[in-house]
Amino acid sequence: MNVVVFVLILALLAIVVAIVSAPLRRRPAVPEHDEQVPQAPLAADLAAAREAKYQEIRDAELDYRTGKLSREDYEAVDAGLRAEAIEILDRIERAEAEAGRSA
Amino acid sequence: MTPARKRTVRLVVALSAAVILASALIYTSFSAASPALSPTQLVRQAQPGRSYQVTGTVARGSVHRAGEILHFSVQDRAGGTTIPLSYTGTVPDPFREGREVIVTVQKQGSAYVGERNSLITKCPSKYKTAPAGENQSS
Amino acid sequence: MASLGFACLLLALGVCAYGIGASLYGVRSGRVEFSESGRRAVYALAAILTVAFAVLELAFLRSDFAFNTVADTSSRTTPGFYKAAAVWSSQEGSLLLWAWLLSLWSSLALFLTRKRMRDVAAYATAVLLGFGGFFVGLMIFYANPFATTHPAPAEGVGLDPLLRFPTMMIHPPMLYSGYTLCTIPFAFGVGALLARRVDADWIKAIRRFAFAAWLFLGVGILLGARWSYSELGWGGYWGWDAVENASLMPWLTGTAFLHSLMIQEKRGMLKVWNVSLVLATGTLAVMGTFLVRSGVLNSIHAFGGATLGVPFVTLIGILIAGSIYLVVSRRDMLRSEHRLDSLLSRESMFIANNLVLVGLCFVIFWGTYFPLISEALTGQESSVGPPWFDRYTVPLALVLVLLSGIGPVIAWRRATLANARRNFLAPLGAAATALVVLLAVGVDRKPFALAMFCCAAFVLGSVAQEFVRGTRVRRAIADESAPRALLALVRRNRRRYGGYVVHVGMAVLFIGVAASSSFQHASEPSLSPGQSTRVGAYTVRYVRPTASVTPQYDRAHTGSTLALGAEVDVTKNGRHVATLQPSEGFYASQDPTQGTVGSLIGGQPVSHVSMDGGVTRDVWSAIAPNIEAPALQRIIRAGNANLTGEATLVALGYLARVYLKSSPTAQFHFIVSPLVMWIWIGGLIVFGGGLIAVWPVPSTARRRVAARARARAERALARA
Repeated sequence: MNVVVFVLILALLAIVVAIVSAPLRRRPAVPEHDEQVPQAPLAADLAAAREAKYQEIRDAELDYRTGKLSREDYEAVDAGLRAEAIEILDRIERAEAEAGRSA
Repeated sequence: MTPARKRTVRLVVALSAAVILASALIYTSFSAASPALSPTQLVRQAQPGRSYQVTGTVARGSVHRAGEILHFSVQDRAGGTTIPLSYTGTVPDPFREGREVIVTVQKQGSAYVGERNSLITKCPSKYKTAPAGENQSS
Repeated sequence: MASLGFACLLLALGVCAYGIGASLYGVRSGRVEFSESGRRAVYALAAILTVAFAVLELAFLRSDFAFNTVADTSSRTTPGFYKAAAVWSSQEGSLLLWAWLLSLWSSLALFLTRKRMRDVAAYATAVLLGFGGFFVGLMIFYANPFATTHPAPAEGVGLDPLLRFPTMMIHPPMLYSGYTLCTIPFAFGVGALLARRVDADWIKAIRRFAFAAWLFLGVGILLGARWSYSELGWGGYWGWDAVENASLMPWLTGTAFLHSLMIQEKRGMLKVWNVSLVLATGTLAVMGTFLVRSGVLNSIHAFGGATLGVPFVTLIGILIAGSIYLVVSRRDMLRSEHRLDSLLSRESMFIANNLVLVGLCFVIFWGTYFPLISEALTGQESSVGPPWFDRYTVPLALVLVLLSGIGPVIAWRRATLANARRNFLAPLGAAATALVVLLAVGVDRKPFALAMFCCAAFVLGSVAQEFVRGTRVRRAIADESAPRALLALVRRNRRRYGGYVVHVGMAVLFIGVAASSSFQHASEPSLSPGQSTRVGAYTVRYVRPTASVTPQYDRAHTGSTLALGAEVDVTKNGRHVATLQPSEGFYASQDPTQGTVGSLIGGQPVSHVSMDGGVTRDVWSAIAPNIEAPALQRIIRAGNANLTGEATLVALGYLARVYLKSSPTAQFHFIVSPLVMWIWIGGLIVFGGGLIAVWPVPSTARRRVAARARARAERALARA
């Protein structure tokens, strides 16, 4: 019984070490990843902002159609939102262009 | 008024409302609270018309019912002072002689009256710990 | 096997320590492979704790009394179902459950974010492993679930009969899932602050987990209320008990966060507020666990002597101080990108709702911790009762319900007063109709209940109007049948309409709470067979006594050795309504001083509630039979003196026969509560709405929507 338990513990330890150390053993693939890291946050931020803005545009439209916004308010809000969306799209384009140039 | 100034005013109003509400809350909690006392302390301090939370054990042989009213006595945990009280309302399942209970009471004359449904039984420790000698862990 | 379990704990502690080090080193030095390795340490922790939990569960199922926890909380006579659930009835077992669930949920969260926010996720990994390490450490140094005794006792104490109810299987795991899920947004919040990435991205990453935490915690709380009501002998579903409050507080701040995060997503506002709510929710969840596990406050839930005060207080101190430091030191980055456009907008409604929710949480916090606060300030421990809580929570709940009706009909950014006025017509009409009808049928004695009914009608009206208008718009666009249009509408705006459904559920739930707490009839009569009494509009008659002996005949399947009860006939205006069979179960104890027969039934007695639930009202009954009656005690004494072994059961059989024949006067507890069922129905609606909102959107649909919106934005660009 004790031997069985001991073997089980060793097996568990081996599995844990294997799981945890896997990324450390695959060294060569890593540097390539590493270069992309500084770029990632900005792109992800912009993508999130873009999605949120689209959602806002749709929400405003739904609010207008269900009678919560008057026509004038809706047009003002919608124009503002679209301008903001375009700004974000521009920034994404610029970021992509920069990424393309540096690659 | 500039927008910035307006915002400051708004903030001040909101904050003072919050402060007033919080102080009301704190004030009432102190005035409405019932002090937690042992039977000995209760006998010494109790004033009629105020609620107290008594903690102690149910005295042996003191429990009896008369219609909806449950009579029992609460004793200091270490023994000693015993106070009789009458209680109405829900009696928790674990209520037994010798068990530790918490009940909110008011003094009326020389007797104590339990607040309706205020009786709480502390879970018996006897039920939890194994007899002595079984506790060594490996 | 116990040594395997304990080895798992040691291994788990090692993995936590390594994982914290690896992920912190990885993110600090920019070496991704180390943060990756740290993340995998969480998976490894989940695997190890799964093995540990399986070892303990197996010990319970096999009744291996060499394990101290098994001997203390299980027994051969404990029914198998409850043996499986007894694992988390002990201090040690529930810590293991906590750590195990934490490792599972953390693994899921980190797996789903493995390709995003590497730096934030690395810090979050360290925080989550910190929590894991703390709980594993508690088990190793304070409450080892794998402690053993040799030689093993022949029989265990048995699961506390109070816990022998089917909900025991699901209520604690649900609640603990909620608690552990609360730590995930906490960990990512800390990560975002440490990495200085407090933008919309981390909010998006944790949104689903915050929602899941809210849902699990809510379901857990409701299951607890249901358990208390339908199984325990006092007939209430909420008593402002410290442990109940402890679970409600993170749920309230979580609810606030789910609303205010939308403002941050849309407008980049309230960043400080949101991150504070997330940190507070996580801290409150840990404090909730602390309350249960430390025994520092008097609670009906304080099972067993709990002695984990000092480590928990230390942890909570670190959480609070660390949270405050992080928010203050990062306040520059948390500045709002926008200002409120108008006070009449959905944003400002959300802010109002947040203030009420946090206010409610503060009230409950103050009341719950008042014994500690008053002792610290005045040296005299005092406590506040349910009336104090009600005084503040009832008005706040009214405002909250009202706001949940106003919010949906107000537009984002700015609403026009004229439009708002038109939109309020239908909801106000619903509220006014409710008021007139209720006054006409004579519900006028309880102003707060009346106000709650009207507010709830207001919410139902406003949400119904939203659904009708939305469907109409959809039909106008897509030319679909009404049901299809409704379905498409909800599918395309899951969060919005799922949220509305949640509002409906809460309104229904509050109708149930207001009605059942204000218009309840209760009576605690002593009756002999044949006698009857009136409870509200009902007449209840004690028809005859009932009894069962030995666990296998226990009708409630809880393993009681003796159950004494009554058959009660309920009638209204002479017409039969229901037959109820409340009883009280008696359980064996391990106390030899009670005698051979006495110890068979000397454990803690537990009420088996019997009720007739209905859409309009519940008739609820419990009984406390007089086991102290001289005729019964004589049998026990005689049995103690003369019988041993199997023969003691004969004495029990005889005792049951005498009870049936002589049937001493029994103490009953009857409650007639209106609309209680709507609390549970409301809860189900909330749950359904939550599922609608949290259900993953298929990625193709999302892409299509995004493409359309982009096309539209580009058209606008061309126009400009």
